[in-house]
Amino acid sequence: MIKAILVFNNHGKPRLSKFYQYFNEDMQQQIIKETFQLVSKRDDNVCNFLEGGSLIGGSDYKLIYRHYATLYFVFCVDSSESELGILDLIQVFVETLDKCFENVCELDLIFHADAAHQVLDELVMGGMVLQTNMADILCRLQEQNKMQKAEAGISAAPARAVSAVKSMNLPQQLRDMKLPDLPQAIKDFPVSLH
Amino acid sequence: MAYPMYEVDWSVLPPEQNRRFNPAFNIATIKQVVNEAIERVAPVSVRMPTPTRLRDLIRQIRAARTAAEERSVVNKECAYIRSTFREEDSVWRCRNIAKLLYIHMLGYPAHFGQLECLKLIASPRFTDKRVGYLGAMLLLDERQDVHLLITNCLKNDLNSNTQFVVGLALCTLGAIASPEMARDLASEVERLIKSPNAYIKKKAALCAFRIIRRVPDLMEMFLPATRSLLTEKNHGVLITGVTLITEMCENSPDTLNHFKKESGQREIVPNLVRILKNLILAGYSPEHDVSGVSDPFLQVKILRLLRILGKNDAEASEAMNDILAQVATNTETSKNVGNTILYETVLSIMDIKSESSLRVLAINILGRFLLNNDKNIRYVALNTLLRTVHVDTSAVQRHRTTILECLKDPDVSIRRRAMELSFALINGQNIRSMMKELLTFLERSDAEFKAHCSSAMVLAAERYAPSNKWHLDTLFRVLLKAGNYLRDDTVSSTLQIVSSAAPERQAYAAMRLWTSLERSAVSGDATEKQPLVQVAAWTIGEYGDLLVSEASNAISMVDEDGVDDFVRPTEEYVIDVYQKLLWSTQLSINTKEYLLLSLAKLSTRFTTQPSQDKIRVIIDTFGSHIHIELQQRGVELSQLYRKYAHLRPALLERMPAMDAPGGAAHDDADNDALSDVSPDHKPDHVNNDALLDLIIGSDSLTNGDVEHKPSQPPASNNNTSSNDILDLLSGLDLTPTAPASVMNNNVASPGLTAGLPASLAPGLTSAAPPASLLLDGLFAAPMQTPTMQDLPTVTALEKNGLRIVFGVQRGGDSVTLTMRAQSSSPSTLTDFLFQAAVPRTFQLDMMSPSGTVLPPQGEITQVLKITNPSRSALRLRIRVSYNVDGVPVLEQAEVNSFPPDLFN
Repeated sequence: MIKAILVFNNHGKPRLSKFYQYFNEDMQQQIIKETFQLVSKRDDNVCNFLEGGSLIGGSDYKLIYRHYATLYFVFCVDSSESELGILDLIQVFVETLDKCFENVCELDLIFHADAAHQVLDELVMGGMVLQTNMADILCRLQEQNKMQKAEAGISAAPARAVSAVKSMNLPQQLRDMKLPDLPQAIKDFPVSLH
Repeated sequence: MAYPMYEVDWSVLPPEQNRRFNPAFNIATIKQVVNEAIERVAPVSVRMPTPTRLRDLIRQIRAARTAAEERSVVNKECAYIRSTFREEDSVWRCRNIAKLLYIHMLGYPAHFGQLECLKLIASPRFTDKRVGYLGAMLLLDERQDVHLLITNCLKNDLNSNTQFVVGLALCTLGAIASPEMARDLASEVERLIKSPNAYIKKKAALCAFRIIRRVPDLMEMFLPATRSLLTEKNHGVLITGVTLITEMCENSPDTLNHFKKESGQREIVPNLVRILKNLILAGYSPEHDVSGVSDPFLQVKILRLLRILGKNDAEASEAMNDILAQVATNTETSKNVGNTILYETVLSIMDIKSESSLRVLAINILGRFLLNNDKNIRYVALNTLLRTVHVDTSAVQRHRTTILECLKDPDVSIRRRAMELSFALINGQNIRSMMKELLTFLERSDAEFKAHCSSAMVLAAERYAPSNKWHLDTLFRVLLKAGNYLRDDTVSSTLQIVSSAAPERQAYAAMRLWTSLERSAVSGDATEKQPLVQVAAWTIGEYGDLLVSEASNAISMVDEDGVDDFVRPTEEYVIDVYQKLLWSTQLSINTKEYLLLSLAKLSTRFTTQPSQDKIRVIIDTFGSHIHIELQQRGVELSQLYRKYAHLRPALLERMPAMDAPGGAAHDDADNDALSDVSPDHKPDHVNNDALLDLIIGSDSLTNGDVEHKPSQPPASNNNTSSNDILDLLSGLDLTPTAPASVMNNNVASPGLTAGLPASLAPGLTSAAPPASLLLDGLFAAPMQTPTMQDLPTVTALEKNGLRIVFGVQRGGDSVTLTMRAQSSSPSTLTDFLFQAAVPRTFQLDMMSPSGTVLPPQGEITQVLKITNPSRSALRLRIRVSYNVDGVPVLEQAEVNSFPPDLFN
């Protein structure tokens, strides 16, 4: 079982952390710190497995990590997981993020940590692999984002309308939008004020 | 990638959203939206200011130059978020929680957002739910009340019509299920496993996995639902289904049998074999392809389940032999994924009752892994060999040289595995070559390995040593190379081996260790090798005579490399080296204690006068050492040059061969020996042991003989005094005044009275000149009675009819105690032995007892003379042993009730 998934940068700043076993906040930060110290001192040409982390689970506990440019992706697992399998899983995770963000970089994870969590939740659930088919994951994420957009659409239209009312330079704004076919309702609304 | 709602910049909406003008919004939504808009535009707001957007907060935090600055930004934002939570602001709740999650990730406390997360979950909007559930997974702790609330929300959402809402709820339940939640929601999850929707089905299966983990009793409930999981086409459902079944099988043997018993369509092993076969023969399928291998994750899971099913089951193993062989031969190994599957296959082959040819194939795959360039592959190969070494040692032995090569790998993970494996491979045949490699490894290894490696080497050497000499040599090399990382017990076990070795081996050990000691003393690295110094000091101390004697020239000192670099040292050179080490400021006190005692021992091993003098000088300097323990040792040992010089050779004799270290058992054995002293036991021996035990504090009285010897001089003294008395008397008429004058005399000369009661003992009295008989007859009764009555008495022991009383007589810095043992028991006490001990500052002389048999109503007396230069209060510990009706009895007591002004 995967006990925790940690992503941090070369300086140990956490970018994503997910624990599948309960730890309190202080403990989580300690684990991240300890893991960073263990992982960061390793050369790039050594193997990707590391034992000796003391905080989670004692002896039955391994760190499996990959280092991409500025980010470390570390999976803390117990002995029931295949070491090489987890390496593949990290690869799938990163590739999915890459497809999601189009050329993923550290900034994407910083500003859209929630989106990264959503990707992870479709890949791993409760510490076990859920779905490794990248196309399926992306498709499900898109469907969910569409649902959100639909909700945003409901409230967005009136919001825009009211803000337009308050705004003084309406014609200019409209011209700036360069939208060829705005809905009639919006077009009519500000015009009637003149 | 589209941004969630709270990230959307409203002023530049994408066109397609504007087109989606939905007339279905109600007044409330409009009101809310209008409010929001007014807030955003109005320059001075009456309400709370619009919250910072997440991206602005992140920018602010990232712009902070110092940790303190970052903390102040975060604290300010947290304070603001708290206040909005208090105001029940539902408009910006989503955005605030998103910010809080970012703050949480940075490691700041964010648990105060828990309830807000629950409110978001309860919202009908998917956007809110998404953020709410994410927050719940990250922020929730194990508080009961919060769990109760979220259980209700989850129950609602598990029944939702939207698959993604159900998915979110399942995902959250899988991450944070507590036992109570698991019980409450198990039936919902069970229903969802049967759902036709693959997206929900797979999540429900993993949820069931988590529920079983938390509450194993609930397993029964999910059994029927799992049956259909393996017939699914969707790989997500298959992989979660296999996970769930694996968990169930591992959890209880009954369930494992239940799955095996299923027959026909549902037979589990053929079913898994079919799925696996489809995977490897299907060829390229873009959906599940990972680097050219079809769904390696599913393959790995299935192989793992097969391993559990085939373990100790010949029939099941038979059914999977073919497919395992097929996987092992057909998998493409140019990429990591291929090796992943091979690795899992090998593990399965080794675990089940597979054919021998298949095992050979598996071991060969591992052999190839060991030579692989990829370090990860090498690591798993070592890992697997370590797991299989107990099953098939000979097969692993074939890769020994490769494994030993891995000891030199730059990667610490690989070295650790290789080391563990090397120890597992050691046997009687290869111990010599393996140890040689491991010694090289030990020398070069990191500090973290040294302790483990050296103790494992000591154990292996003990178990497989081909010869005693080799064993000693190996131990000495380990001592040399492990340095201070050696565990403490290794020192004592090495000493034990040396002490029980043959004499020529002991000489060899002394010579070998001398070479190492001298080298490290000269090069100044003794501080890093203190265990070595300790062992060397002890050995040279014990067998120093063999070290310097020409007689041991016959012992070959040629080492493994064929070099004999042993130079016999002179006695003085040995002492010079000792001096250098003892003077060093870096060595620990413990090591110096070893050295000091060893040096004292050498004083009886070495014969030349200059070396004796040197030793004496060094020991004397320790009399003023700053460390109390060493100072005491120094003073004690220097006493062996002065007052107790005659005792030195006997005290510093060679130690007898030590028993195997048994820890606490040692003390017990000692006590046992004492408590069942058999009648035929030599009293001398008993005395010896008992006194050693009795001595309060330490060892100023080490030899039982010491106590008994002084009994002679006082006796003769007594005789002369009585002669004096006789002389005195002879000049007088036998008038009635005579006794009185003698009495006076008595009081005046304590030495006389001290001797008198003892002189009443039959043996001594008979030895006195005939005239004393007269005295005896005349004065025995009147003299003794007043003496005892006049003296203050202290009762030391009163038990089982035995009463021991001390008569106390003062005399400056010395005091004379007359012990009287009186028995009121009906039986005769035989082998009566009285022993006493005093603190180190006192000196105790004991006279012979008046007898060893105590008849009923009888009495035994014994005189103790105690000198106390320090005049402190007297404490006395006594021990009485005797046989009554053939049963040995032992009594002990401490007597502290002496008058405090005893010495003045």
